[in-house]
Amino acid sequence: MAQEVTVPSVGESISNGILATWLKQDGDLVAQGEEIFELETDKATMAVPSPAAGILRITIPAETEVSIGQVVARLEEGKAPAAAGSSVRDANSGAESKANGANDGKRAAEPVAVEGRILDDLAPAVRRLVSENRLDPASIKGTGKDGRITKEDVLSAMQAAASQTIPTQSSVRGTADSATASPPAGATRSASTAAAGKAGERRVPMTNFRKRIAENLVNAKQGAAHLTTFNEVDMSEVMALRKKYRDEFEKKHGVRLGFMSFFIKASELALSDFPEANAFIDGTDIVYHDYCNIGVAVSTERGLITPVIRNVESLGFADIERQIISFGKRAQEKRLSPDELMGGTFTITNGGVFGSMLSTPIPNPPQSAILGMHSIQDRPVALDGQVVIRPIMYVALTYDHRILDGREAIGFLKKVKTLIEDPALMLLNL
Amino acid sequence: MADISKFDLVIIGSGPGGYVAAIRAAQLGMNVAIVERSLPLGGTCLNIGCIPSKALLDSSELFQKTRDELGAHGISTGKVTLDLGTMMKRKAAVVEKLTSGVSSLMKLNKIQVFEGTGSVTATGRVSVKDSTGGTVDLAAGHIILATGSVPVELPFLKYDGKTVVSSTEALAFDKVPETLAIVGAGAIGLELGSVWNRLGSKVTFVELMPSILPGWDTQLSKTLVRELKKQGMEFHLSARVTGFEKQAKGNGILLAEGEKGEKIQVPAEKVLVAVGRRPSSDGLGLEALSIHRDDRSGRIVVNERYETSVPGIYAIGDLIHGPMLAHKAEDEGIASVELIAGIHGHVNYGVIPGVVYTWPEAATVGRSEESLKAEGIPYRKGSFPFGINGRAIAMDATAGFVKILAHERTDRILGVHIVGPWASDLISEAVIAMEFSASAEDLARTVHAHPTLSEVTREAALAVDGRAIHSK
Repeated sequence: MAQEVTVPSVGESISNGILATWLKQDGDLVAQGEEIFELETDKATMAVPSPAAGILRITIPAETEVSIGQVVARLEEGKAPAAAGSSVRDANSGAESKANGANDGKRAAEPVAVEGRILDDLAPAVRRLVSENRLDPASIKGTGKDGRITKEDVLSAMQAAASQTIPTQSSVRGTADSATASPPAGATRSASTAAAGKAGERRVPMTNFRKRIAENLVNAKQGAAHLTTFNEVDMSEVMALRKKYRDEFEKKHGVRLGFMSFFIKASELALSDFPEANAFIDGTDIVYHDYCNIGVAVSTERGLITPVIRNVESLGFADIERQIISFGKRAQEKRLSPDELMGGTFTITNGGVFGSMLSTPIPNPPQSAILGMHSIQDRPVALDGQVVIRPIMYVALTYDHRILDGREAIGFLKKVKTLIEDPALMLLNL
Repeated sequence: MADISKFDLVIIGSGPGGYVAAIRAAQLGMNVAIVERSLPLGGTCLNIGCIPSKALLDSSELFQKTRDELGAHGISTGKVTLDLGTMMKRKAAVVEKLTSGVSSLMKLNKIQVFEGTGSVTATGRVSVKDSTGGTVDLAAGHIILATGSVPVELPFLKYDGKTVVSSTEALAFDKVPETLAIVGAGAIGLELGSVWNRLGSKVTFVELMPSILPGWDTQLSKTLVRELKKQGMEFHLSARVTGFEKQAKGNGILLAEGEKGEKIQVPAEKVLVAVGRRPSSDGLGLEALSIHRDDRSGRIVVNERYETSVPGIYAIGDLIHGPMLAHKAEDEGIASVELIAGIHGHVNYGVIPGVVYTWPEAATVGRSEESLKAEGIPYRKGSFPFGINGRAIAMDATAGFVKILAHERTDRILGVHIVGPWASDLISEAVIAMEFSASAEDLARTVHAHPTLSEVTREAALAVDGRAIHSK
């Protein structure tokens, strides 16, 4: 009695992804809940646990594009691996994964999970709709028995495609500053052999993740009119505050007091003074938000992702710090869900952790602005006619000039600076 | 004296729910015992329900066709006579074949059979009392109650086993009654009425609701009642039984009142009361263990794992919610055992078919038009009659139609209703289609052999889209 392992549903708008890596081998005995493969979508990568215990029989190889609900393996009962398994390893190609699985005669004796969906496996009405409308069945989410595509699924997909006008919010972006660690992941994960090009050259296909990042960045740039304005922040007050209360904060709230929570709170207050920075352009409308969902950029080995802290206006410093730490940890463990990466209205990125002094970050469409934090340097500054040494951070606000004028952008950044330089103002909401 | 045998699973009741659950449990490696109050095994279905009634329906149909319909085929016989005793013997042989089959299955699967009245004495404990008064105590890891149902008795028209009878006696009359009154025009009443009507009785129905087969799609029940009337049966619908008058000559008169208060009198040598069945849960020890039952219906309350309010004690079949059908009990028997074993077990209640074995037969699965309208679910319908189907015409079975209801927007099949020849088998196509969430178009685009009755289903599917081939 084999149980099927299917690609789980990971978010409303997601219908497919890549089965990136198998964390277990064919024939391994796995426990229920043990993570057995990594699913990569264009929002995030996550490790998928096994639905039950059993001997793993892999039917879809790694680096294959899969649909939500697709069977990728079977779990057989028993302690010892059974002789007649149904595992099929496509040793030839890791890249081609679409429709042709059944055609190369692998279906000899036992029914094998077919990679992708081919016309023969579709219900008659689905076949008709798919061929009449030139649709790709692999891109349609199936809600029928065992994940089959029903006529209703096709009709829904067609309707959704027809009514879609805005590009979906991407949570993946990168700074233009090359100080962010460039992921070497792309090179190691590709299964296809590199074509032998010229000597001294190495050609490596982009990972899906990287492709999506690239696409989104270009879209972001082409769709908006971005400008960056700068300012500098004297961090001495915040640093003194931290030093004074750090231990007590950690004792009471069980989490360290970082800088990020100050910037997030300051941004939230500044956003309420300059609501355009928290708004989106939608066609010819401007959509304002009564809430602040602030994304915090986190670097992972695959690239930059931006988990979102929701409703910052109702969170305290401890809550914010906790969420940041949780996001960071889970991002590294690839346990963030796509829902956590969506819904942001504003983003903060910190290139300072990598040593960046100054940069021009790119806003995350459809957001209109992004705040960049940088490294803190002791600098000589003039104060009351004297030269003093202060810890200075340069801050940058890249904004969409279609919705924010220079005056507002500068005003926003100045407000953030003022609040950070005198944290009591945040307390008094001044 | 009390012997304690230990089992993984003890099942009380050996009807379709019980014996199938026992076999499934044995397949999954459990040590199983089954308790049956009165052998042979097989419960109501095999002994006094589904099987004997089908045997008599087929026998009586043969008799009626031989007597009335062979001439058209150019076949002539002498006078056609009936030997009811032989017919009943054949029925008994059919039953015996199946009940001994169940017995063999129990042996094959090493399931221990205990004859006697089973009751739950404590969690994990079943006591079996045999006819001599001796008891055997069984220790059970799990207990499944599968004791089925019994006919509902009317308080003012109680069964006396001779004149006022239930389906059990109506399956075993020793002579064909001259007049037969049937209270209740549900599946059981209609089937038994058909048997005796064919064998020569004058059959009259008194039904409380405005249509036969209350709850079924009304177009279906209207079509069927028309056909049954053609066969000579009479129907008083929306009528309430008020009493029964015994007469000097042994025959009685069933008294009833019509919709407008008019008095109805039905001459009745026998009265079959077939107004429904109720769960047979007395004597199981439920009260002492506080196993919850629904106050109104008497059904045992279970969760989605078929577990009663006492952990470790389960109930299936006619004892619990849902249609009182053998196949539903069987599937629940399988699912409950699979869930106990910790693997996947599931009953899809949305696609349980219902069948009536009159001729023409009637079968249904899914939603009726009335229930869709009541919930405001938009739907389209496609119908096609058997009257222009080649096979049906060749068979001389042209009454009836197939009707398919599909969602207005998604075309998903929501319900299928059939009156016609072999509706009982034709409905399977609809059940499979609905289990796979198919659309009417899927059925319409599937090849159906020619010439078969199933083509009517295909044309009905085409008709949902307004494009049946063989009609406008």
